[in-house]
Amino acid sequence: MDATTRTATEPSVEPADRSASGDAVIRFENVVKVLGGRRVLDGLNFEVPRGETLVIMGPSGTGKSVTLRHIVGLMQPDEGRVVVDGSDMSTIKKKELAELRKRTGYLFQDGALINWLNVGENVALPLRENTRASDDEIHQRVVEKLELVRLPDIWDKMPGELSGGMRKRVGLARALVTDPQIVLYDEPNAGLDPETSNTINTLMRDLADRLDITSVVVTHLVSCVRTVADRVILLDGGGVVVDLPKDEFLSSDNERLRRFLGQDPD
Amino acid sequence: MKSFRDTCELLGYELTLLGGTIVRLPHLWRRRSATLDQLFTIGVSVVHVVLFVGLFTGMILTLQTGVALSEFGQQDQIGTIVALSMAREMGPFITGIILAATAGSALAAELGTMKVSDELAALEILSVDRTDYLVLPRIVALAIACPLLAVLCDTIGVMGGALVASSQLGVETQLYFDSAVEALKTPGAFLSLPKDVYTGLFKAFVFGVIIATIACSCGIRARGGALGVGEATRRAVRDSIIFIIVANYFLTYLFYSAV
Repeated sequence: MDATTRTATEPSVEPADRSASGDAVIRFENVVKVLGGRRVLDGLNFEVPRGETLVIMGPSGTGKSVTLRHIVGLMQPDEGRVVVDGSDMSTIKKKELAELRKRTGYLFQDGALINWLNVGENVALPLRENTRASDDEIHQRVVEKLELVRLPDIWDKMPGELSGGMRKRVGLARALVTDPQIVLYDEPNAGLDPETSNTINTLMRDLADRLDITSVVVTHLVSCVRTVADRVILLDGGGVVVDLPKDEFLSSDNERLRRFLGQDPD
Repeated sequence: MKSFRDTCELLGYELTLLGGTIVRLPHLWRRRSATLDQLFTIGVSVVHVVLFVGLFTGMILTLQTGVALSEFGQQDQIGTIVALSMAREMGPFITGIILAATAGSALAAELGTMKVSDELAALEILSVDRTDYLVLPRIVALAIACPLLAVLCDTIGVMGGALVASSQLGVETQLYFDSAVEALKTPGAFLSLPKDVYTGLFKAFVFGVIIATIACSCGIRARGGALGVGEATRRAVRDSIIFIIVANYFLTYLFYSAV
């Protein structure tokens, strides 16, 4: 077993050496989370350095989305610590959490658009609620972000009129409208056709490159890993069982990894 | 035991939510558009039901009491009895029950669906205060809508009573309305307004607050997909009706027990 691959029987592992720097934006330290009597996260350790795109893979029910929710404080660990941008999420004050969230974008599986607001109003929502920007400024920024996600002409459409891919892209525009430093993607490709899925992948990679965003992506798709990832971790048994740079991840002969990817270990 | 603990938790959450809404009342001007939207939606969706039920309630009340009073030759008092019953009790109570079953259930289902489809989580991550953004407009709208609809219910109920009184009990319409108006003139302690009117309106206001607070709490705490939304809706209607009845007793005791 090399330094960056572990087995499911060793859920509590040290972070990969390459990322154990002082510049980690996100750090999980022995995080335990029990849901419905099951230890979904069982001593989870990993770090995400600034500017890196980390992809989290793993079988269903291994706590990938739960991990993302810890990063934005929607869930608190039962044990261990989650540190984001220097703040311990267990002890962070309400005001600091609100400020941290303003620097964080989150793309939900289905976009989570507010269904009585049109696309423009949805994207403008965080600016209207949290800033004193004028209507003109808000309009300009919303148009800019809708163009960024390649949906320039749908301001007046309601969420119910959009396809799954469009809803996700609008959700992405809303997540980016405050120019966040961290963006979290929860299954950005789920339920999409391959073409739309590729469009979303390319978009995520472009954003990471152009805006120097720290990203964490939860996905089941290898195509997403190929396009988007700098580094990939595989969760299983409540912890990290594989933690590798993208190229090594894709070519690894780790038995657990190949089994997860549906490849014959032999 | 678990059910009791859940109930206590929900009650605590409801009180916290109501307290949070009261603290945010100064933000109401900012939420005026959402509040008016809610008020309009609630009003349009239930006004015909309130009118219909109010009309028949007045008619039933007149028929029931009228027949009994006729035996003693006291049918001239029907207007008094119907007006007082509608203003004090039936108008606010019926309006509250209708709103709990319609607006309350719709509100719980709407917020419950937002919860299970991650829209509430999205608001939280976007640092949008959901009590301010979602709950405040809904509680204020229902607190305004319930008294307004209760006035309509009272009025149409008294009119329905007049129809039955004149057509089936032989009471002159003018006499009926004169006795009804006279009955509602009793001044109370509050700005010399007719006590029976303002206590009824105050009851309706409290019922509106109860319905909205319970519906918002049940919706926000919904869990587990469509099943959870259904459970939240059912619980919102059930709890609203129970709390309306309990609050009704205590408000009646407060206003009338010393008389």
